[in-house]
Amino acid sequence: MQPSDRSAQISALYQEMILDHYRRPRNKGEIENPDETIVMKNPLCGDEITIQVRYEGDQVADVGFVGRGCSISQASASMMTQLIKGKKREEIDTLRTRFRDMVMGNESNASDSSLGSLRALSGVSKFPARVKCALLAWNALEEAQRKR
Amino acid sequence: MKAKADFPIFANNPGLHYLDSAATSQKPKAVIDAVVDFYENSNANPHRGAYALSVEATDRYDAARKRVAQFVGLSDPDALIFTRGTTESINLVATAWGRANVESGDEIVITALEHHANFVPWQQLAIQKQARLRICDLTPDHRIDLDCLSSLISAKTKIVAINHVSNALGTINPVEEIVHITRGKSDAIVVCDGAQGVPHLRVGFDDLGVDFYAFSGHKMCGPMGIGGLIGRRAMLDAMPPYQMGGDMIEFVYDESTTWNVLPHKFEAGTPNAANAVGLAAAADYLDGIGMDEVLRHERSLMSEAHRRLAEIEGVRIYGPDPSMRSGVVSFTMGDVHPHDLATILDGDGVCIRAGHHCAQPLMRRLDVPATARASFYVYNDQDDIDALVDGVHKAKEIFGHAAV
Repeated sequence: MQPSDRSAQISALYQEMILDHYRRPRNKGEIENPDETIVMKNPLCGDEITIQVRYEGDQVADVGFVGRGCSISQASASMMTQLIKGKKREEIDTLRTRFRDMVMGNESNASDSSLGSLRALSGVSKFPARVKCALLAWNALEEAQRKR
Repeated sequence: MKAKADFPIFANNPGLHYLDSAATSQKPKAVIDAVVDFYENSNANPHRGAYALSVEATDRYDAARKRVAQFVGLSDPDALIFTRGTTESINLVATAWGRANVESGDEIVITALEHHANFVPWQQLAIQKQARLRICDLTPDHRIDLDCLSSLISAKTKIVAINHVSNALGTINPVEEIVHITRGKSDAIVVCDGAQGVPHLRVGFDDLGVDFYAFSGHKMCGPMGIGGLIGRRAMLDAMPPYQMGGDMIEFVYDESTTWNVLPHKFEAGTPNAANAVGLAAAADYLDGIGMDEVLRHERSLMSEAHRRLAEIEGVRIYGPDPSMRSGVVSFTMGDVHPHDLATILDGDGVCIRAGHHCAQPLMRRLDVPATARASFYVYNDQDDIDALVDGVHKAKEIFGHAAV
């Protein structure tokens, strides 16, 4: 690979959208009366995330996250919480599958408008070592839904 | 030093700035050739066949042991057990010596500066035996606090386990002094994790005074999957075996077995003879440079990297003064996570380690989830420092500010 290609991929990875969510994470903090609290660790790097969810019926009424980690894991968690508020379980399952496919390299999903701001993370697919960072919050959410 | 040309990886990967030798070193052609030569010319199962080729394989394996023993300052080569590496060596001591000698109420002293490989085996042994694990604190500049260590060691102490050189920070620890403190207050054995010692310092086991010393081949220009445990002969003789199988037995009766002599008693199964031969070639290679020159070279590069990184606003460097370190510089930069830093550096061919360095207890005490670590070795040069410093500036630019 040419160094210039790699440099372009770095620029595509660290978009302003991602840096903005890293600096000013949305829905960061504990929520009131959570139905589920899931702690998930990335054993590779020691990063840790806690996801809290409160449901109303089948819908996510509120969601928040706590933890520290790299820009990719924090931005992914921030954008995920924005996107899933008010969504039903099945909708969230679909989003998770699409998001996972996208960061694992399915390029057509990078233009899937249902993923909203999460499309900014499509550049992660070029960095296999960082895919786990992008998926950490989603894996925690899946665990929260599985327990319910 | 002009060592770079000796390592084929750099010709095959133009623009590579490899600064992760504390994880694993690159291999010089002489080592790769030695492994290939063994397989092409001498391969047979050592200690097994009555035929000439097996005798030759055995001779080369034995010669490798003598050469490596000489390299680590061990006068009794049979007290060098070939293992997969440091991790297996420490587990061997924790399992074989620990199970036979540690009892409920005993104490095991380690430090907050240990790699998980010199932490978890002792923690788990303590749990199994209802012994007490005591963890020595660090000084503000991240050295082992010898006053604390002294206060933890008592007649109850059975094992003191310390690293020679910290993998996370590069701190060179005063092993002789720790042995002296231990001997003055207890009958404990001293186990030394030398994974980061042997590749960078002239190690003299006979003079160091420890009871067991563990090291890895792959961090000292040798192949992966080979390393050693050095022990005092009397202790190795008294210890029960670690793994059972071929080669380590003398006679196997239906109801019982007697053990082979050292070193075979602790080398069950077919040995990793080709990689032992490769490790001996690595010892030749490093001696060709001279271990004093190895340390001088890497420390000079590390010191300059330290100085230039420290000038960047927001950079925080961990560990003591460079004069007390091997070629490791461990740092963070503002709120840029080390993983992001490593990815951005990778974009320019600079390989550093980002993470907890298998030292989570240390990271908790530094109050960081992770650090970025650049480690220098014989093949690194000025260009590598420039690329590292440029990359850190670039990361700072991408993240736009240096909030601390």
